[in-house]
Amino acid sequence: MKRMSWLIAVAVALAATAVAAQEPKRGGTANVVIQPEPPGLMLGLIQNGPTQMVSGNIYESLLRYDFDLKPMPNLATKWDVSADGKVYTFTLKDGVTWHDGKPFTSADVVFSVDVFLRETHPRLRVSLAQVEKIEAPDAKTVKFTLKNPFGPFLIMFEPGTMPMIPKHIYEGTDFKNNPANNTPIGTGPFKFKEWKKGAYIHLVRHDTYHVKGQPYLDEIYWQVIPDAAARSVAFETGKVDILPGGSVENFDVPRLSKLPGVCVTGKGWELFGPHAWIWFNNRQGPMADKRFRQAVMFAMDRDFAKDVIWNGLGKVPTGPMSSKTKFYSADVPQYPRDVAKAKALLKQMGYKGEPVRLLPLPYGETWTRWGEAVKQNLIEAGINVQMQATDVAGWNQKMNEWDYDMGFTYLYQYGDPALGVARNYISSNIAKGSPWNNVAGYKNETVDKLFAEAATAFPDAKRQDLYAQIQKIVVEDVPVAWAMELEFPTIYRCKVKGLIDSAIGINDAFANAWIDK
Amino acid sequence: MNLLVTILQRLGKGYLVLLAIAILNFFLIRAAPGDPAQVMAGEAGAADEIFILQLRQQFGLDKSLFEQLWLYLSKVATFDLGFSYRQKMPVWDLILDRLPATLLLTGTAFVISLVLGLLLGAVAASREGTWADSAVTIIALLFYATPLFWIALMAILLFSVQLDWLPSFGMETVGGGHTGFARALDIARHLILPASTLGLFFMAVYARMTRAAMLEIRGLDFVKTARAKGLSPAKIQRRHVLRNALLPIITLAGLQAGQIVGGAVLTETVYAWPGIGRLMFEALLQRDYNLLLGVFLVSSAMVIIFNIITDLVYRIADPRIGVSA
Repeated sequence: MKRMSWLIAVAVALAATAVAAQEPKRGGTANVVIQPEPPGLMLGLIQNGPTQMVSGNIYESLLRYDFDLKPMPNLATKWDVSADGKVYTFTLKDGVTWHDGKPFTSADVVFSVDVFLRETHPRLRVSLAQVEKIEAPDAKTVKFTLKNPFGPFLIMFEPGTMPMIPKHIYEGTDFKNNPANNTPIGTGPFKFKEWKKGAYIHLVRHDTYHVKGQPYLDEIYWQVIPDAAARSVAFETGKVDILPGGSVENFDVPRLSKLPGVCVTGKGWELFGPHAWIWFNNRQGPMADKRFRQAVMFAMDRDFAKDVIWNGLGKVPTGPMSSKTKFYSADVPQYPRDVAKAKALLKQMGYKGEPVRLLPLPYGETWTRWGEAVKQNLIEAGINVQMQATDVAGWNQKMNEWDYDMGFTYLYQYGDPALGVARNYISSNIAKGSPWNNVAGYKNETVDKLFAEAATAFPDAKRQDLYAQIQKIVVEDVPVAWAMELEFPTIYRCKVKGLIDSAIGINDAFANAWIDK
Repeated sequence: MNLLVTILQRLGKGYLVLLAIAILNFFLIRAAPGDPAQVMAGEAGAADEIFILQLRQQFGLDKSLFEQLWLYLSKVATFDLGFSYRQKMPVWDLILDRLPATLLLTGTAFVISLVLGLLLGAVAASREGTWADSAVTIIALLFYATPLFWIALMAILLFSVQLDWLPSFGMETVGGGHTGFARALDIARHLILPASTLGLFFMAVYARMTRAAMLEIRGLDFVKTARAKGLSPAKIQRRHVLRNALLPIITLAGLQAGQIVGGAVLTETVYAWPGIGRLMFEALLQRDYNLLLGVFLVSSAMVIIFNIITDLVYRIADPRIGVSA
């Protein structure tokens, strides 16, 4: 028996090398589900999930990232950082052309970042405050000079954050109303061909793509199927071959994964590190008391949520940072499920059963069920919970206007705490009008100071130390109840190879993907 | 001539009703929580004040509510439905782009349900008390009582997943490259499941109604007279019984026809049919005000127009009925 398993192991290993050595084949069509239908494809103007997925094939940025978030060359072949961590010099690749045949140069980079995105991209705009100037000493070189060292700078060059935009099309125009927004032009491996609203988006091969031989596929169809059950059926019946993470209900994942010839991967979310938590409105009611928030943490059965609601995918988080994000530290206070302790804390603070509203995310069945599970947990600990129901617009409004007690959310961390973690905990980010800032209203001067210091500290060892301190303090304060490091499995037919090969997964171009016939 | 004047008068009244509907809808939609700027900011995964402000200005949401209403009405009065800022296209273009798909679906469903419903009802009535009558009654009751989306999902499970006879979603094979007759055939194959799903409920209603009306009329005096005259039973059924039974059916058909634009939200969603119903539902979730108001308005116009048509058809079925304004 032992011998058998050893043999199998060898066979598997051999098979694996055989796969790795397989020569990519040219041709074929990728049929992918896109849900919901994006409002537009101009990635510089719109950065919602579906737009990033489709347009990641059309637009590119200077770098790509491997699964460990290490930069890889793309439109830039070389990048140097000065000794003081303030000057970044990029050397651009030769022979890159836009889809309309015009050459891509350093002028495009300066225009994209300094003019276009500075005006239109709310998330990037915050980081660009650290950049003093962007220059193009020659057609192939771009120099970014920062005001001070900014640790996460090198991780911002992915298409969703810094897409390269053609200067010759947009310069001097009204960006938002430029008719070219309906026929996006990028440098990516696929060109926009047709968008049949309500049905599909059709991309075709960019024949003069800058990586020789790539892309291998002839075309991609992104198919719009609004009903979750219908999406599962479309995959089962072979009408689509790729289900990006989150496109089917979680309870369908095990069934679809077991179909013959179907592969599943959780990879490709490393840069985003989707982190789910429950906002506490720290300003009002029992939520203003730290002991109440801690009691909720002890009351929640997060392992149950992981195993049952999320089918064992994901990880129970220790605090504000995803274990996939840089500078994560596990050395923090722990909150295992302990109903007795939760009850004791509630008693100590004098909680008298004041009603608490719980708002789940309106993103489908899985989230509703999760809300119900948490409600059960909290009731068990003696908390008087009432579930609220709403749609996406209503949810946004409640969060924007702070009209909630406890509310589910999940956010991307973008690989670095200065980009994706600080924004939810620093007090300068308390402002109505956005569901993605410090919605909880958490205020801690020490934390503010440490986050500010950590963003510009240099080198990384210093940052690691500062972020470890932050995590300890924040986890003790529990401004929000961290619920899950989410994992959205990509389900696809195994004949599709090379689909996910970077830290942004399906949002990256399908340059390396090919179909084994 | 008199008829033409009447129709014009009715259309004129309809126009005023439409404006009233536009005002009502305008306020109804704005009573829903959230606005399009908040939805778009939410989707962007990041937002700051400048971003929301830019969006609000772009959408014209920074103006006062009555100013917005006035701007909207002055456009709508000339049949300009405005611009969908979210989709960056004029509302008319978006609606016209989706209209053919919806008309094909709802039109087919309309014809199927009417023809089959009448046929089944007539058969059941003329064979009252036999097994055929019971079968029709049971089938009609079944489809009358079963929710649409469940029928849709079960039909997909049976005909697409198990039997693999019919496609489960979309209007045509994506990337199929069909043209001409092959394309028509491809669309027809995609049409079968959604059109039958949508038509089954009304088919059941028509069948039950036809049966009941025919049974009632069969006992009336003029039918006895016709029989006494020595007319053949088939002729009596057709010319005297069925024709008189048609009136309630026409009323109902008018109602169904009024829903021809906006009445297929569920069916279009389950079968990923790229029609108006989905456009409307998504516009609602995204608070795309102009688009949503536009779809509402076109649907209301359809209801008004089909009401007029229904009244005209009454006259054909029963010349004693007059049409007046």
